[in-house]
Amino acid sequence: MNNINAPDIAIETKNLFIFYGSFAAVSEVNIKIEKQKVTAIIGPSGCGKSTLIRAFNRMNDFVPSSYVTGEILLQGQNLYGKNIDPVEVRRKIGMVFQKPNPFPKSIYENISWGAKINGFKGNMDELVEQSLRGAALWDEVKDKLKKSAYELSGGQQQRLCIARTIAIQPEIILMDEPASALDPISTLRIEELMQELKKNYTIIIVTHNMQQAARVSDYTAMMMLEKDGSRSGTVIEFSETKKIFTNPKDKRTEDYVTGRFG
Amino acid sequence: MNPNRDYYPKGEDLHRSLGRRYRSASIWQTLFFSALVIAILSLAALLYNVIDGAFGYVAFEYKNDPTEFSTKPLDALNKQELLDILKANLSSGAFTKLENEKPMDTRSKSVLYTLLLERLIQIDTKETWSMTDSIFRSAKIKAEVAEKYPEAKLEFRSWLTPVFLTTPMSSKAEFAGVRTAILGSLWMVGIALLFALPIGTGAAIYLQEYASKNFLNRIIQTNINNLAGVPSIVYGMLGLAIFVRALEPFTSGRLFGVTDSNGRTILSAGLTMGTLVLPLIIINAQEAIKSVPDSLRQAAFGVGATRWQTVWHHVLPNALPGILTGSILAVSRAIGETAPLIVVGASTFISIDPSGPFSKFTALPIQIFQWTTRAQSEFHSIAASAIIVLLILLLTLNAAAILLRNRVQKKY
Amino acid sequence: MKQENTIMENQLFRPLDLKKKMRPGESVIQALLFIAGLGSIFITLAIVYELGKEAWLFFGNPDVTFAKFFGTTTWQPGIGHFGIWPLVTSTLITSSIAIFVSLPLGLAVALFLSEYASPKARSALKPILEILAGIPTVVYGYFALLFMTPLLQSIFGKQTVEVYNMASAGLVMGIMILPLISSMSEDALSAVPRALREGAYAMGATKFETSVQVVLPAALSGIGAALIIGISRAIGETMIVAIAAGSGPNFTFNPFKAAETMTGHIARISGGDLSYNSIDYTSLFAIALMLFLVTLILNLISQGIINKFRQRYE
Ligand SMILES: Nc1ncnc2c1ncn2[C@@H]1O[C@H](COP(=O)(O)OP(=O)(O)OP(=O)(O)O)[C@@H](O)[C@H]1O
Ligand SMILES: [Mg+2]
Repeated sequence: MNNINAPDIAIETKNLFIFYGSFAAVSEVNIKIEKQKVTAIIGPSGCGKSTLIRAFNRMNDFVPSSYVTGEILLQGQNLYGKNIDPVEVRRKIGMVFQKPNPFPKSIYENISWGAKINGFKGNMDELVEQSLRGAALWDEVKDKLKKSAYELSGGQQQRLCIARTIAIQPEIILMDEPASALDPISTLRIEELMQELKKNYTIIIVTHNMQQAARVSDYTAMMMLEKDGSRSGTVIEFSETKKIFTNPKDKRTEDYVTGRFG
Repeated sequence: MNPNRDYYPKGEDLHRSLGRRYRSASIWQTLFFSALVIAILSLAALLYNVIDGAFGYVAFEYKNDPTEFSTKPLDALNKQELLDILKANLSSGAFTKLENEKPMDTRSKSVLYTLLLERLIQIDTKETWSMTDSIFRSAKIKAEVAEKYPEAKLEFRSWLTPVFLTTPMSSKAEFAGVRTAILGSLWMVGIALLFALPIGTGAAIYLQEYASKNFLNRIIQTNINNLAGVPSIVYGMLGLAIFVRALEPFTSGRLFGVTDSNGRTILSAGLTMGTLVLPLIIINAQEAIKSVPDSLRQAAFGVGATRWQTVWHHVLPNALPGILTGSILAVSRAIGETAPLIVVGASTFISIDPSGPFSKFTALPIQIFQWTTRAQSEFHSIAASAIIVLLILLLTLNAAAILLRNRVQKKY
Repeated sequence: MKQENTIMENQLFRPLDLKKKMRPGESVIQALLFIAGLGSIFITLAIVYELGKEAWLFFGNPDVTFAKFFGTTTWQPGIGHFGIWPLVTSTLITSSIAIFVSLPLGLAVALFLSEYASPKARSALKPILEILAGIPTVVYGYFALLFMTPLLQSIFGKQTVEVYNMASAGLVMGIMILPLISSMSEDALSAVPRALREGAYAMGATKFETSVQVVLPAALSGIGAALIIGISRAIGETMIVAIAAGSGPNFTFNPFKAAETMTGHIARISGGDLSYNSIDYTSLFAIALMLFLVTLILNLISQGIINKFRQRYE
C-alpha cells in the first residue's frame, strides 16, 4: 500500500466503527481509497459491506438507530464532522443501488431532475445526452426519452441510474452490488462502463462475484466477521486486486477468494 | 476534465444555493404542519362550539306567579307537597293522563318539580346566551336583561343535567330530555346487531375459510367493499322501500297482532341500520379471522378435525375479540347515523318510552337534527347537550374497542 | 386403564377407511355460510331493483320528459316541474368546496405525518384525526349552522351570506372528509418503496425535494384514489347539507346562497308524510338511483386504482 500517496487519496477512513444501536456492524476500518481507481469491497454476506459503503455518503443517516465513530475523510474533511451537510456529501458522492430504482418519471426527467435540483446552469439536452452516452445507454433510448423509465429492461434501468448519477458530476460513485440483479450481458456492459467511468470518477463497488472483482477493480478490500465472535465485520486485508487474488497475506482471504470458504 | 462540473454551483455558490433550497423547504414544511394545525383547530372549534352552546345564561319569565301555588319557596317543597299542588291545580283529565303514563307517586321529586314548572307556573324563555358570552359579557347581559325584560329572571344554566338524560321529549326546550331518544337508539342498535352480526360473521367465515378464489367469490368481495361506500341515505331509501313499505305487515307488527302502527317502526329502522353496517362487520370480521395464525388451523386439521370443527373450536374463539371490536365500531357508526333514520321515518316527537320493536321511535341523532334546525336558541342549547351525550357515548364505545384491540394485539 | 387399552386396540384393528364420508352437518353449515356470503349480493340487487323500479315509474310518467329533466331549472315534481339542475348544481358546489378544502389540507397532513413527523409524534397525532373521522355528520351539521355560518357572516357580512348557505356546508364537509383523504394518502405515501427515496437522496436531494418531487408523484395514483373516494363521500353526504345548506331547490351558483342538494332534498321530502304512489315519492328514488350509480362508479374506479397501485410496488 506504500504506493498510495496523500494527494491521490479520494477518501480515507480512520478508526471507523459503525453501529446499529449497540451492535457494532463494522469495526475498526482504516483504509485509503485512491482517486480515479475502482476499489472493490468483497466478503461474505452480513459482514458489513453495505453498511460500510453506505457510510461513505451518509445513507445510514436514514436508519434512526445507526451512528458512527471515527472519521471518514474526504479531502481532509470529516464527513461525519459537526458542520457537514449530508445533502452536500451525497451531492459529491453518488450511489448506484443493488436493485435499479429509477424514478417514476420519463427517461429524460430521471436525468434532468438531479441536475435541476442541484442548480445545473448548462444546456439540459446536452447534459442528458452526454450522461446517457456516458452510461452507454444513449443509442438504446434516444428515440424514447419521453417514455417512462419503467418501460426499460432491468439492465437498461440500472444504466439509467448510473447515467443520472454521472449527470450530477459527483467525485465518487458508490455501487452496492450494481449487477447482482442483472443478466450476464447487462453485467458485462456495466463492467465495461466502469472502466470508462474511472477516467473521471473514483468508483467503490461492493460485489459478491469474485471474477467481477478481479476483472474490474484496481484495489480490493476484503471484509470478514471478526474472529472474536462479536459478529462485527472489519476489513482484514486491503491491497491491489492482483495481490489479493494471487498472493493474499491472510489465510482467510485466500480461502474466500479460492472458494474454500464455508 | 469534466466540463460539466463547471455548470454546477461550487464552494460559496453551492452553500448559498443549498441555503435557498433549505429555506423554501422549511416554508413548505411549515405549511404542511399548518394543515395539521388547522385540522386540530377545527376539532377544537367543533368541541368548543358544542360546549359553548350547552351552558350559559337564560332569561325567562314565569307566566304564572309561583306564589299562587305555594307560600313556601319552590325549591323548598318536598315530594308530597309537590304532588298535592299538582293534584290541586291540574285539570283532572290532565292529571289522570299523567297518572296513566306513569303513576305520580312513583315519580321522583325532581320530575314532579319539573312538572310543576312546566304545567303550572309555565316558564317563558326570553333569550339565551352562549357560555363565552355569559362569562365575558356578564355585566352587559345583566344590564340588557334588566332593560329589555324587567320581569325576567336571569340564571346561569347547564342545559346538560341528569334530568335531561332521564326526561322524555317535550315541546318546551327547558323540559325536554333525551330519555326516549337514547332508548330508541339502543333498541335500534340492538336490532341492527342481532341482524347483522350473525350474517356478517357467517359471511366473513365463508369468505376467509371456505371460499375458493373463483369468479363468484371475487364478485362477493368487491361487492362488499363497494357496499361500504354507498351513501347512507341510499340505505335509507332501501329501508323505506323494503322494510317500511314492502314488509309492512311484518315490520308494523300486524302479523303479530299489533294494530296501531305503520311500517315506520323501530324494527324497520334497526333492520335498515343492520343492512348499513353489514359490510363494515364483514370487513372487520375478515380482518380478525385473517389474523388467526395458520399454524392453528393446521394443528387442528392435523388431528383430524373437519373444517367446521376447526373454525368453531379454534378459529372463531381466537378471532372473537377482533370480531367484537369490529362490532363495537359498527355500533358507533350506527349510533351516529342520521340520514337513513330520517328516511325510514323516525318520529321527532315521542314522549313515551319505546315498548318493543313495533313502537314508533326517535333516536339521539334525530333529536339533535330536529333541535338544531329549530329557530329558537334554547333548542340549540339542548341540541348541544344531546351532542355531548352522543359524543361521550361514542367515546366510551371507541375506548372499549381500543382496549379490546390492544388485548388482542398482545396475544400474538 | 384397562378400558382405554381396549379402545386403542379397537381402533387399531378397525379396517382403514379413507373414502369420502358424507357429513350432512358440515354441508348444511357450509350452505348457510355461503348464503350469508351471498347476503351482500342480495343487498346490492335489492338496492338496484327497488331504486330502479320506482325510478322507472318516475321516468315513465308522461310528464317527465328528457327535455324537461335536463333542460329546465326548476325542481318541484308535485306541481310538474322536473328540472334536475338545481339539485345537481348545489350538490356539485358543496362537494367542490369540500374537496377544495380537504384535498390540499389532507395531502399536506399526510405528507407531514408520513415524511416529517417522528413515529412518536405520528402516534400522538393520528388519534386526533381518527376522532375527527368518528364524529357523526349530524354534529358537523350543528357546527356548520352555528359556527361556520356566523363566522362567514362576520367576515363577508350578513347581507352577502344567507343563514342557510352552500359555502358553510361545503367548508365543514371539507373538514369532515379531511381525515379520510389524509389517511388514504398517507397509506399511499408510505407504500412508496424506500429504494426510491434512497435513490433521490443519493442524488443530493433534500428531504423536501425527495418527498414532494419523488415520493409524492410516485404515490399519485393512490392519492387519486383518495380524491375519488372523497368526492364520492361528499356527494353522498346528507346531514351537513340538510342542516346548513338550505331547504328548497334553488338554481344558483352563488355559494353564499341557500340551495338544497340531492341528498338534502331526499332527507327533507322523505321525512314528511309521503304517499307511496305520488310523483314526489318516485322522484326521490330517481334521485337516489343517480346518487347510487355515481358513487358506485367512483368507488369502483378508486378500488381499481388502488389494486393497480398495490401490484406496482409488490
Ligand atoms: N438497518 C439495520 N438495522 C440493524 N442492523 C442492521 C441494519 N442493516 C444491517 N444490519 C446488520 O448489520 C450487519 C451487516 O449488514 P450489511 O447489510 O452491511 O451486510 P452485507 O455485507 O452488505 O451483506 P450482504 O452481502 O448480504 O449484502 C448484519 O448483521 C445486519 O444484520
Ligand atoms: Mg449488502
